[in-house]
Amino acid sequence: MVSVMEIYQLTPKLNCKKCGLPTCMAFAVALLAREKQIEDCTPLLEPKYEEKLKKLREVMAPVAGATETGLIIHEDRCYGCGNCVVACPVNVANDPKGSAIGLGPKSDKVILVVEDGVVKCLNPKECRRFGPNRILCNLCTATCPSKAIEFV
Amino acid sequence: MAVCTGCSLLCDDIEVSIDGRRIAKTKNLCRKGFGRYRSLTSDRSVPRVDGKQVGIDEAISRAAEMLRDAKRPLLFGWSCSTLEAQRKGIELARKTRAIIDDTSSICQGEIVDMIIRGELPTCTLDDVRNYGDTLIFWGCDPSSSHPRHMSRFSYFPRGEKLQRGHEEDRTAFLIDIRTSPTAKILAGNFIQISPGGDADLIEAMLAVLDGKIPKVRDKKAMISMITTLKKADMGVIFPGLGLAYSLKGRMDRLKALVSRLNETTRYNVIPMVGHYNMRGFNQLLFDETGFINRVSFGDGVDHGPMYSVVEALKSCDLALVVGTDPISSLPAGIAKALARVPMITLDPHRTLTTELSRVVIPTALSGIEAGGSALRMDGVRIEFDPIMKSEYPSDEEVLSKILEEI
Ligand code: SF4
Ligand code: SF4
Ligand code: SF4
Repeated sequence: MVSVMEIYQLTPKLNCKKCGLPTCMAFAVALLAREKQIEDCTPLLEPKYEEKLKKLREVMAPVAGATETGLIIHEDRCYGCGNCVVACPVNVANDPKGSAIGLGPKSDKVILVVEDGVVKCLNPKECRRFGPNRILCNLCTATCPSKAIEFV
Repeated sequence: MAVCTGCSLLCDDIEVSIDGRRIAKTKNLCRKGFGRYRSLTSDRSVPRVDGKQVGIDEAISRAAEMLRDAKRPLLFGWSCSTLEAQRKGIELARKTRAIIDDTSSICQGEIVDMIIRGELPTCTLDDVRNYGDTLIFWGCDPSSSHPRHMSRFSYFPRGEKLQRGHEEDRTAFLIDIRTSPTAKILAGNFIQISPGGDADLIEAMLAVLDGKIPKVRDKKAMISMITTLKKADMGVIFPGLGLAYSLKGRMDRLKALVSRLNETTRYNVIPMVGHYNMRGFNQLLFDETGFINRVSFGDGVDHGPMYSVVEALKSCDLALVVGTDPISSLPAGIAKALARVPMITLDPHRTLTTELSRVVIPTALSGIEAGGSALRMDGVRIEFDPIMKSEYPSDEEVLSKILEEI
């Protein structure tokens, strides 16, 4: 998985604030947290940074599918076991008669569900890692036997 | 809601939408179960006699003829067919004075036998979910073999008495020889042993229960595990194939451990049966004969190791294989011996066994194209209806026709 340092190395390191953040390091953090886009760094689009831009797009490609909370699902690794579905505290709270007791979700307010043998993320905004009051919940990733879900 | 017959959990909360004969979308099926549903349209077998494609009725008639002429047929498989088909199979064994055996004789048979005879206490998976606060997975990797075991019943879900689920109310241990995917989830409570080390571990556990110092490397971890085990309100041991193979012939050690634990608190055993209805076959045959497998109907009812598939192959002159692929799953030497016997195979799919069979009869996929019932790994009966029409007959229908024609 790509690290903040790796992304930082690929920024222009000008601290020009054109992206709206005080430093390129802050931009790297925001990029990884899905709060900024690569294109928000306008100097990077200049021809002299062509190499860096290309590399940055490459290292960011694997996390392109991440949700607003940074959740990435590697479908090829998922067993569809549903551990994450049943362990997610939001699923438990919103779906007491379904995923809380081990059954398939009965409410549409759950975050994680298993469809066609692999897990899907439905309501990322419900996740405890979303928004300004986010907390570092990791029950879904900690219960996964195959590391099929991760946070970036 | 559909039922998945992908493993012996028989998950009954499956949602499926179909588009003609195609599975359009499924919910709650694990990858393994999804694979079974998807197999609906891949690699289906075709009726064949001596390598030539024929009509299905012709294949059935030929099978009946061969069974009628055989002196010592072996009827093998059964773990992946419904209770209704298994009942017909046992009837057919009686009528043809055959040897009948299922996959349990090379699998978890010994443990299932002890449970059916009441020598090991057991409970249902629903009890586990509601009350099982201390669990031991032993010689198994549920994440791979029964993907929804831990999420539906054993470790993660909230239960009546266990409202905080795995976070606070449940403890689970894993005893195994390798760092499996399950070991990764239960990292802190994973006890790694060397192959064949299960009996020694049981002795060490018994020693701690007797207040002695165990002869193991990590004495502290062992003592702390036993302290947790003793505090259980309801404990459950889930033995897998690893334990069954390692303790073969010494199952009394498992019995000793369970009864010793039961002096302090309540412990139950549920074997991690693999095929979806192995438990059902064992129960049916037991109800009829007093034995769960390895039965010969030659002269009345006889039972013994010489009637296990492995031994019976040496004396039988015909094999009827239902719902299993012994050529791929048995050890090479035995598979070779089997391949020398004329085989009749009932299977929805093409397998190595159908490839080598004299007669192949394609059948409907149970749970998807055919209904029926089966016993889950804990002995609870689960019924299912077909979710679509099929051009293939069910195992039960084929066996009934064979019975009529003999
Ligand atoms: S981080 Fe927490 S709230 Fe978000 S999906 Fe995972 S378990 Fe659920
Ligand atoms: S992401 Fe992991 S825990 Fe969730 S269903 Fe897939 S394998 Fe299981
Ligand atoms: S755990 Fe077993 S029964 Fe349940 S969906 Fe998966 S394969 Fe099917």
